[in-house]
Order: sequence, then structure tokens, then C-alpha cells
Amino acid sequence: MWELFQRAAPTLVEALGVTVFLGVTAFTIGSTIGLAVALIRTSKLRLIKYVAVSYVSIFLGTPMLVQILLIYFGLPQLGIAIDPIPSGILALSLNVGAYQSENFRAGLLGVDVGQREAAYSVGMSYWQAMRRIIFPQALRIALPPIGTRFIALMKDTSLVSVITVTELTRVAERVGSATFRYLEMYLIVAAIYWILNFVLALGQATLERRLARPY
Amino acid sequence: MANSDLQIVAAGLHKRFGNLEVLKGIDLTVRRGEVIVIMGVSGSGKTTLIRCINFLEEPDEGKLVVCGLEVECGAGKDDRARRARIRQIRTRVGMVFQSFNLFPHKTALENVIEGPIVVNNVPRAEAVELGTELLERVGLADKQHEYPSRLSGGQKQRTAIARALAMKPDVVLFDEPTSALDPELHEEVLKVMRELALDGMTMVVVTHEVAFAREVADRVHFMDQGVVVEEAPAHQFFSAPEHPRARSFLRLVEHTQLDGGAV
Repeated sequence: MWELFQRAAPTLVEALGVTVFLGVTAFTIGSTIGLAVALIRTSKLRLIKYVAVSYVSIFLGTPMLVQILLIYFGLPQLGIAIDPIPSGILALSLNVGAYQSENFRAGLLGVDVGQREAAYSVGMSYWQAMRRIIFPQALRIALPPIGTRFIALMKDTSLVSVITVTELTRVAERVGSATFRYLEMYLIVAAIYWILNFVLALGQATLERRLARPY
Repeated sequence: MANSDLQIVAAGLHKRFGNLEVLKGIDLTVRRGEVIVIMGVSGSGKTTLIRCINFLEEPDEGKLVVCGLEVECGAGKDDRARRARIRQIRTRVGMVFQSFNLFPHKTALENVIEGPIVVNNVPRAEAVELGTELLERVGLADKQHEYPSRLSGGQKQRTAIARALAMKPDVVLFDEPTSALDPELHEEVLKVMRELALDGMTMVVVTHEVAFAREVADRVHFMDQGVVVEEAPAHQFFSAPEHPRARSFLRLVEHTQLDGGAV
């Protein structure tokens, strides 16, 4: 297994890079979408609220694999052809955005209304109150599910192997089929995912401790 | 309304929550330097009234002139200019809440300087100087860098008063400032409020603290079921209340405060 690992190492390092890139990019875009959706859903903007609710319902209610396949194989029929990596990022971002909107919404709703009132009472605007007072507290409440979602997303990047993106899982499959050593290759890749997520979980725990310090 | 001595003029304020009419046409005038105490049983609308003054509660009808800024209330009145005036009113009117509402992720000092820095763009160093001075004034010089979770109720409320004062307000509203505190902590908060009144601050205070009101208030407004049923100079209100509801209320409150040993 060791010599197989050594032989595949350069490819694996490259693939790990792709996996991390997919995960981090989709997490960043998805979190931005999620925050916007959460703000809309906690606001009084009636009409666009329905759009937001529908988006969340659709992307939480359908399999991510189907979403990926639709974007990569389905959209070209409408004349929209997107390359594999952008397709993957788009699908992952939209999917994680729906989850993140629920995480952020839970955080925002978890902040006591008195906080908003106190912020308003010194003359803050909605955005000032949000940025300085509400959001930092909402983030602390939402951090555990947000961290969990990041880790889940890292694993979900493996799904874009079906649209020919050479990330970790696809490399394992390719090397496996070339050498007939599927067992070792999938074990190696599983270990890499696990180490990656272990590090992420450590980061999450550190962040949680820091945000909890005043309490 | 050109009289600059009038800090708050409320005319015909109505507020409904669903089918329940909490304020049934309130008129209120507060002059510069006055201390007004609003009393009444719970549910009489006194908290709603005080929250209407800085628009934490939006009145359904009526007109408010606060610090010279006039705001009409009612359906269809909401627009950008009105919202800007409301924000301006809030920078001139401090608010002290029953449940303190300190920002838990900020230290005592950070709580105090947040408004000046974010809203008034006061340079940080200047804000810190002001904040330190205010915390000293409320007796919390040694607690500046503590988070609210490490403060007692009385210390939290004094920090909240300093936070309200940091905006250099023309008026400070107090919404039952001691009601969430253990009896032995009332006095430290009331002492700060008394000093503030002596300094000439215009104050509107919703409270059950009879001793405080008797000593500090210029006028008492007694509310019952959404109406101010009696408005009188404090000495007159406490020695010879006219309205039967006010009489029975005072008997009840004075009794429990004597028996309970609270201030």
C-alpha cells in the first residue's frame, strides 16, 4: 500500500488541491448566498421572501447529485454549457447556500430582540446594528452547524467526480481501475478526507472557544 | 412647538396590539430638566408609552415632537425622511431597559463607546476617554474591561446608564430600571439616577419606586388602561392622589415596598 501511495502521491496532492479548492470556494460563495437569504427571510420584504423560501426548499429537497447532473448535463440542452469545475462549484455553492441560510437564520433568530432594540436606541441603522451587534452574536450561535456543514461539504465535493472533475475520489477511481487495487486506493483517499476534516473540526473548536470567551 | 424648552410633546398617541388598544390617546409634555415618573399597574400601557417616544414601538396614530424633531404617526406615514428623523431622535434620547440589554460580546467599556464610535463617528481615543469617565461616574471604574457576564445586575444596569449617557442625550428614558434587580441592588442604580436628575438631565422614568419618585420626580403621570388618569406634581400625587385607582395603587405599592424592605 505504501508504494502505491508513493506512486500516486503527486496525483493525489494535485487532487487534494482541487478538493480543497472546490470546498473552500463553494463554502465561501454558499455562505454569502446563505447569509443574504437568511437576512431576507428575517426581514419584512414580503415578495422576495417567497423567492428565498422556494430556493431553500428546492435545494434542500433534492439530492445534490441530481443538482450536479442537472447543471452539467442538463443545462447544455438550454444552450448553457458550463465546464466541469465551474459546474461543480455552482452546484455545491447553491446547495450549501440553502443549508447555510438555515444555519444563519437560526443564529439570527437566537439573538435576543433586546439586542436589536439597544442598538437602535443609540441610533444605529439596520446595517450598523446587524454588523456590530446582531451578526457577531448570531455567528456564535450558528457556528456549530456551520462547521458541520463545512465538513459535510468537503465530503460532498466527491460527488463532482461524476462530472469528470479530477478531485480526490475521481483519482482514486482512476488509479484503482488502472491497478485493480481499489481497496487500497479508496482507503488512502478516505484517510485523506478524514485528516482534512479532522483539521477543520479542530479549527471550528478553536473558533468556538474564542467566540465563547466573553460568556 | 417652537418652544425649545419642550423636549417631548406627544399628542393623541394610540397604539394597538392586534385587537388590544394599549394606548388610547396619550398626551404628554416634558420640559427641559424635568423628571417625569410614569406609574400604573402592569398592562396599563406605561412601558409601551415610553417605548413609543424613541419609536421602539411605532404608534398607530398621533404626533410626537422629540427634541424639536416632529414625527407624524399612522398608516402610510413611513418614508425615508421620517426614518432619518427617528434615527436622529434616537441619538438624542437615551434608553435604559428593564433587562439591561448590554451587548454580551463587548466589555463594559466597549458597550459604552459603541454608540459614539459607530453612530457619531467619534474617534476611538476620545470615546474611550468619555467612556472611562462615565463608568467612573456610575462607580464602575474598576469594571471597564469586564464582560457583562461577569457583572452583577446592578453593575449591568449602571453600565447601561453609562451607555445611554455616552451619546450625550438630551433626554434619558428609563423603562422599569430596577424591576429586574434583587431588592438589595435597587439603591445603587437609583443613586446614579438621582445624581443624574440633580445634574439637570431630562428624564422620563417608568417605575414602581415610590420613594425615588417622591424625592426626584417633578411630576407623576398615573396610567390606567391606556389612559393617563392623573397627572400631578409629585408631592401632590403622593400626599393626596385624586383618582381612586391611583389611591389603591399607592396603598398597594407602598405596603409591599415597606413589607418587602425594598428601598
